[in-house]
Amino acid sequence: MVSTREQPAPDDVVAVPLRHPGRWVAAVIVLLLAAALISSLITNERFQWDVVGHYFFSAEILAGLWRTLWLTAVSMTIAVVLGVIIALMRLSPNPVLKGGANFYTWFFRGTPLLVQLIFLFNISALYPVMSVGLPFGPTLFDIPANDILTPTVVAIVGLSLNEAAYMAEIVRGGINSVDHGQTEAAQALGMRRSLVMRRIVLPQAIRVILPPTGNETISLLKYTSLISVIAMPELLYSAQVIYSRTYETIPLLLVASIWYLLVTSILTIGQTFLERKFSRGGRREDTAVLAGLIRNLRAHVPQARGRHA
Amino acid sequence: MTVPAVKLSGVRKSFGRLEVLRGINLEVWPGEVVCLIGPSGSGKSTLLRCINHLEKVDGGRVEVDGELVGYRRKGDKIYELKDREICSKRERIGMVFQQFNLFPHMTVLGNVIEAPVQLRKMTRRQAEAVGRELLARVGLADKESAYPRQLSGGQQQRVAIARALAMRPGLMLFDEPTSALDPELVGEVLNVMGDLARDGMTMIVVTHEMGFARQAADRVVFMDQGRIVEQGPPDEVLERPRHERTRAFLSRVL
Repeated sequence: MVSTREQPAPDDVVAVPLRHPGRWVAAVIVLLLAAALISSLITNERFQWDVVGHYFFSAEILAGLWRTLWLTAVSMTIAVVLGVIIALMRLSPNPVLKGGANFYTWFFRGTPLLVQLIFLFNISALYPVMSVGLPFGPTLFDIPANDILTPTVVAIVGLSLNEAAYMAEIVRGGINSVDHGQTEAAQALGMRRSLVMRRIVLPQAIRVILPPTGNETISLLKYTSLISVIAMPELLYSAQVIYSRTYETIPLLLVASIWYLLVTSILTIGQTFLERKFSRGGRREDTAVLAGLIRNLRAHVPQARGRHA
Repeated sequence: MTVPAVKLSGVRKSFGRLEVLRGINLEVWPGEVVCLIGPSGSGKSTLLRCINHLEKVDGGRVEVDGELVGYRRKGDKIYELKDREICSKRERIGMVFQQFNLFPHMTVLGNVIEAPVQLRKMTRRQAEAVGRELLARVGLADKESAYPRQLSGGQQQRVAIARALAMRPGLMLFDEPTSALDPELVGEVLNVMGDLARDGMTMIVVTHEMGFARQAADRVVFMDQGRIVEQGPPDEVLERPRHERTRAFLSRVL
């Protein structure tokens, strides 16, 4: 490059890049559609933006939003714990544990979440009484199913059981991504299996597990809207309750949609941040950040063995 | 009378229908350095991995310091031990792998002190002092806060040796420790191993480095097709092999 520049150019040649008229046409079409959308948003009075504004921060809607948020958080937390257990079962050499975990994922991924929720909501028709006891053996105590399975319980159980099946696959993929030599090296040092998992395998697997878990959280937030079918007043159902009273269907659906968009946007920003941190195949800066994070966490946990003494 | 550091009697191991070890008898004495050589697939690595129970044997007995590894004897049968019991026996056996297998999410010092802190109930400060000493011994005192990826292969393998030594093992197993290294990095690892041998460590080394076997080994064991073909002092086995198969192998690698 340098040497060619030093030589006098024989002609003053200008490079003309290829024109893309098709792209220009497409861009103009997109702009026209956007203009049409905006003009309709402004001019079509049936959007009733004043009604949207009126209900956006109403107590009912905010209570629904709050339920949606904690339902997502609680269900996701349970799903992660359950997912790790199912993933470990699936990786177990014991065929019964492995089979059980396979069946679980097969069932919960193979039927729609909506069907699972309605099923769970109506389970008292199948098991009117929940009893604790041994199979074919004595019963310890009975509780009517309808006393346990309130809409809130059905929502949490339904969402977390379903999500756990997906989380199990993510966790399993993460654990499998850690080279088996890591386990062998730790075992050769005399570390027990549980310790190997906790100190060596999971901290490395988390790099692979975290980004898709962010995705799942965002999906789960949206799936909470399915809970409206069992009359638990989360965000969508709160909106439905209002519009069934006032017939302002469209503005209230807009209120719910805008809230969903706001929350998913915030979660997406968090997720992008996590992905940037963890998905680059364990670059040393990232693992250093993770190790530092873990060290900080440990520093705040009371040390049983006086490690910092 | 001294007890052998390692005693293998009639050890058999198969992977599916493939018989990898067909009745191995071997005794290694405290302070002895034994090099296992032989063509690939001869069962050297598997034999090594049976000693600390990373592989389960199908038959025969593996004893370290006069105790069964991974099993306990009751009558004429041996029963596999629980994970916890096997682990306490593994603590006394250090192992170094071909692929180093350092923990990438920990610093060099973190790698070295992980097992002592978790298993020996040492305080972090005590373990760090021991860890620094070991890193100095393998010539990496200045690398303690580096991450494994920042090191060359030879440096990584020296960290792996320090990590194994941190548990104060009485026996060290080396599974082709220089096979994954660039040729110019082999020497630094072999030097550390030579120092260890001179300090009286009992070592079993699976290796293709005939130079190391000749210099450091007290005994060379030649294996082929799951059996020990011949063994003896390095100058005998490497210079005047008695068996045709040993001669054929040596003519290919020397």
